[in-house]
Amino acid sequence: MGDPAASPAGPARRAALFRVRDLALLPAVVLLVVVGAVTDHTFLERDNLINILGASSALGLLVLAEAMILLSGRMDLSLESVAGLAPALGFLVVMPAASGGFGTLWPAWLGLLIIPVAGACVGAVNAALIVGLGLNGFIVTLAMNIVLRGLLIGLVSGRTLFDAPAAFFALGSDTWLGLPLCVWLTAGCFAVAGFCLRYHRFGRAVYAVGGNAPAARAAGIRVARVGWAVLVVGGALSAVAGLVIAGRVGAVNADQGSGMIFTVFAAAVIGGISLRGGRGSLLGALLGTLLLGMLENLLTLAQVSSFWIQAIYGGIILLALIVARLTTGEAQES
Amino acid sequence: MTRARPPLVEARGITKRYGPTVALLDTDLAVEAGASHALVGRNGAGKSTLVSVLTGLTRPERGTVRYDGEPAPPLADRAAWRRRVACVYQRSTVVGELSVAENLFLGRQPVTPRGRVISRRLMRRRARALLDEWGVPVDETARAGGLSVEDTKLVEIARALSRGTRLIVLDEPTAQLDSRAAGRLFAHMRRLEEAGVTFLYISHHLREVYEVCQVVTVLRDARRIVTAPVGEMPPGKLIEAMTGGRGGPPAPPAERPRPAGPAPAAVRLEHLSSPRFHDISLTVGAGEVVGLAGLAGSGSHQLGAALAGLHRTTGGRAWIFGRPLRTGSVPAALAAGVGCLPRDRHHEGLVAGLSVAENITMPISGRLGPLGLISPRARDAVARRAIADLDIGTRGPAEPLSRLSGGNQQKVVLARALATDPRVLVLIDPTAGVDVRAKQTLLAAALRARAEGRAVLVVSDQLEDLRVCDRVLVMFNGFVSAEYPAGWRDADLLAAVEGVTPGHG
Repeated sequence: MGDPAASPAGPARRAALFRVRDLALLPAVVLLVVVGAVTDHTFLERDNLINILGASSALGLLVLAEAMILLSGRMDLSLESVAGLAPALGFLVVMPAASGGFGTLWPAWLGLLIIPVAGACVGAVNAALIVGLGLNGFIVTLAMNIVLRGLLIGLVSGRTLFDAPAAFFALGSDTWLGLPLCVWLTAGCFAVAGFCLRYHRFGRAVYAVGGNAPAARAAGIRVARVGWAVLVVGGALSAVAGLVIAGRVGAVNADQGSGMIFTVFAAAVIGGISLRGGRGSLLGALLGTLLLGMLENLLTLAQVSSFWIQAIYGGIILLALIVARLTTGEAQES
Repeated sequence: MTRARPPLVEARGITKRYGPTVALLDTDLAVEAGASHALVGRNGAGKSTLVSVLTGLTRPERGTVRYDGEPAPPLADRAAWRRRVACVYQRSTVVGELSVAENLFLGRQPVTPRGRVISRRLMRRRARALLDEWGVPVDETARAGGLSVEDTKLVEIARALSRGTRLIVLDEPTAQLDSRAAGRLFAHMRRLEEAGVTFLYISHHLREVYEVCQVVTVLRDARRIVTAPVGEMPPGKLIEAMTGGRGGPPAPPAERPRPAGPAPAAVRLEHLSSPRFHDISLTVGAGEVVGLAGLAGSGSHQLGAALAGLHRTTGGRAWIFGRPLRTGSVPAALAAGVGCLPRDRHHEGLVAGLSVAENITMPISGRLGPLGLISPRARDAVARRAIADLDIGTRGPAEPLSRLSGGNQQKVVLARALATDPRVLVLIDPTAGVDVRAKQTLLAAALRARAEGRAVLVVSDQLEDLRVCDRVLVMFNGFVSAEYPAGWRDADLLAAVEGVTPGHG
């Protein structure tokens, strides 16, 4: 990679070099593709690749939500429970009482609308506690995660929610131009968010606040407002991620999304998003998501015993971190 | 003073450079046991370098340090240094969550007679004995973080004394103390002096020199200017030694074409108050540069920050060009036309991970394209203009700010303050920690802002900064205490800043 300070690089070349950090994960991704192609001949087949993309969509939306929150210098551990509770609420208000719903039988569009709104509301409550009251974000969202999971378990009471209109499963099951709708949705969200983070004043404010909040305040950026915005948008995105999961599984049950937050953080961090805020890009986060999605697929194809899959998964996340560290030559947290 | 025994500490011919900057040049200092010694000088005079040489934290290029006539121990032997000298810094070094007793014996806790475990009972008892021996009125079981600033200093002093040293360096101990707490600290210091402790006392506040010290050494421009008993150094003489030039020529009034007719009041404050300043009424005209001088506790920084929306006021009113200003909101201040270079660029000035261009355009990010979008071309154009105007040393708008030198970073922060084209410019410590050339550029920018008809408020205690001002207001203890038109004598202004009368004594 060379030392950029030593090379006689002009500003243009220099700008290009900074993007290299966003692509730090590319070698790891390529390595995994090669390993996959060698170990299993079906890995590179079209259906399998589409399957990987579909399976990574929900994770991708959650990573996108968490990445924006992390970039602004905050964190949210409750996203995984939002991804369970919000779609469950949407299902419950449209389902007949006979199948375990509330029996309110609201129209499908209203039920679908409720899902992101519920997610946004959870984000707003988190923001009120963290930004408004100044409580510690880690502990607030940890508690919120448990509360929301508890609410979901209470509402579902051991049932599985599936008796909903087809529209509720469209994201996970329908396709357009050969790709599942959820893949298009996730790609679109990444594109819009990536563009805004780079070229919109709000996106740059997220980086400024995450990089140095007092300086951002002194420059006239409304720091609290940025905190509210990322948490609310993050909640809404997580709710949609939950709908994607429901669509792919065909139902909602009480542990939907449970445990995903660790994978979300892993994808964001190996993708180069700093846990201290202000550093990283969505491109990196996307690569991190794809890496973990491919990994999961590969482990399934290789028919690794389900008893061992977690240990291998975790070990490879550590390996990816090391590879990313070595390729960029800089410490993630310094 | 008798020469019967060697000085407690004696430094001879100390020279130290940092790159091209000479921090100390051939400087001597001798502290005799029982004669507390004040070390005074303006910022950058070399005080901290000398202290770090005396405490074994820096190796001088030339010169020797002797303790009790013996050569100083090697730098790596920290324990030996700690037995000879201890420094109580401005920032406390106690562990707030531990008790006073635990802090006193950190890393050398007494153990039970037989076992190898810490005996808390023994530790408490020894702590009590130590505190009683030196008359420190602090409960040994109290949480150290809950102590007052002055008690924390006393605990740090007791900790140093328990290691055997009788020479304590105090680095601006009263910086965070009000006058009554400072008085209590001095009473304790005098008692400790009687018990055989010698202080090397570093302070900006000249009055304190007379309270607690017997001898004073003045440093200026990396050299020792004079060492004398305090009785022979009245404040006027002391200030002359610090600033150089015996009542020297008045500051040359720069060419100042004053605007014809009465200038409109750009800034008008009436009875503005906050917890840090009281009842401030003043006006700054358009096309006028006004200096606001004051020490750290004088409230001058907070007054400047209040205008920029960074400090909340509790009473009084402020107008910018006749319009009421809502304080405590940066967006409101920016909308009113106030631009600010904040005090500490690392804290409030810059986002080190972002590029030069992004830092400069941060306050105007809404004006660089439609719908809040930022056109990189428009952004870089603004940045290029600022880079050229202020002669910012950078490879281009895309370079991360963290790679720039301190002076160039400060210019970026100034460019950020100017980005909104403010009618009122507030510069707080604009030249802190920058080299001479950057200093010139920054001050020239202040004068250019005046020529463009802006009102400029320079908050600083650096004489170079204040020299560009049309007049200087001096703040002391939260009040405006004096006003000097351009052409003041350094000694007069400095005396007002320090809160002493240069004539007396």
